[in-house]
Amino acid sequence: MPVTAPVPETEPSTAANFFAGVRSALLSVFSLVLMGTYIGMGALTHSVGLSSWWLALSTVLVWAAPAQLILISGFGAGSALVEVAIAVSLSATRLFPMVVALLPLLRRPGTRLSDMLLPTHFTSISMWVESLRLLPKVKPERRLAFCNGLSVGYMGTAVVFGFVGFYLAAGLPPLLSGALLFLTPLSFFISTVNNARQLVDRMALVFGLLLGPLLAYWQIPLDLMWTGLVGGTTAYVINRVREAAQ
Amino acid sequence: MKAAIELGPYIILILVGFLPNEIWRLLGLVMARGLDEGSELVIWSRAVATAILAGVIAKLILFSTGELAGIPLQIRLGAAVCAFVAYIVMKRSVFAGVLAGETVLLLGGFLFSH
Repeated sequence: MPVTAPVPETEPSTAANFFAGVRSALLSVFSLVLMGTYIGMGALTHSVGLSSWWLALSTVLVWAAPAQLILISGFGAGSALVEVAIAVSLSATRLFPMVVALLPLLRRPGTRLSDMLLPTHFTSISMWVESLRLLPKVKPERRLAFCNGLSVGYMGTAVVFGFVGFYLAAGLPPLLSGALLFLTPLSFFISTVNNARQLVDRMALVFGLLLGPLLAYWQIPLDLMWTGLVGGTTAYVINRVREAAQ
Repeated sequence: MKAAIELGPYIILILVGFLPNEIWRLLGLVMARGLDEGSELVIWSRAVATAILAGVIAKLILFSTGELAGIPLQIRLGAAVCAFVAYIVMKRSVFAGVLAGETVLLLGGFLFSH
């Protein structure tokens, strides 16, 4: 017979922890960035001829704005499926270390692997940054529900504003639709600059900005893959050599 | 994606969007021990991911499609530069940067694209 400790009346339920997470998400600055990004994504989806429900499903399933951006613009450009899949996968490598760093914060003795499935799927830049900032302040037994609530808050925001962008783009004059389409590269540009705090990331950013259009202009096959491998590896090697010289 | 129409956008979403993306999360779930944020593999994969994303961003600004293509290239580039400057000047505010870039694009587009 398991002996359960008496739960104090002030102890919030799982639902209360979940909604505390949702609340944190909606009140954070990331939900503003997500609104802008997904309004842009909605406009982009509309411009390549995909449906708004396709975008909503891709937000729930893929839940990584860079991968969605590559996928949707691949549709628009008529790129080869293999090339898009490789580019999506390369853009998603960052999710691996993020999951590795997040799960120890959520795991407690007796936590099942299945409990970790949702937080694993929910891992993305905004959720990860906020989880690592907020979770240490949350009691361990409340973290899982809080983290899931936080993620649902962000995902819900993204889905809703994807629809908003899609239908705005459908009904706006060309200049305003153009401005909505510009929101995607612009918000990604500035938030990538913002995330690149270390020299290696800044170099990778600059190399990518230069190589991406160049390789595309020269019509190199798999241009995005090479942009990532050449630009990223060059930045990494330069950084290693610099560190070794110091 | 010429085969896109035959395969259907939802199947493509699963095969080309969902699976190649989700594999990294599942790999993280399985191997969630032993690697830290400062390990060399993590630094390299972050650099590759950053360069790819930067490449996509630059292509979308330079080789725009749809209504954005109707706004001249110089204005799109100028708007991106202004966004960057505003972001730096406004103490690294992403919001200020995006707002400044959009303002420049709209003003420039209004004045010069006719």
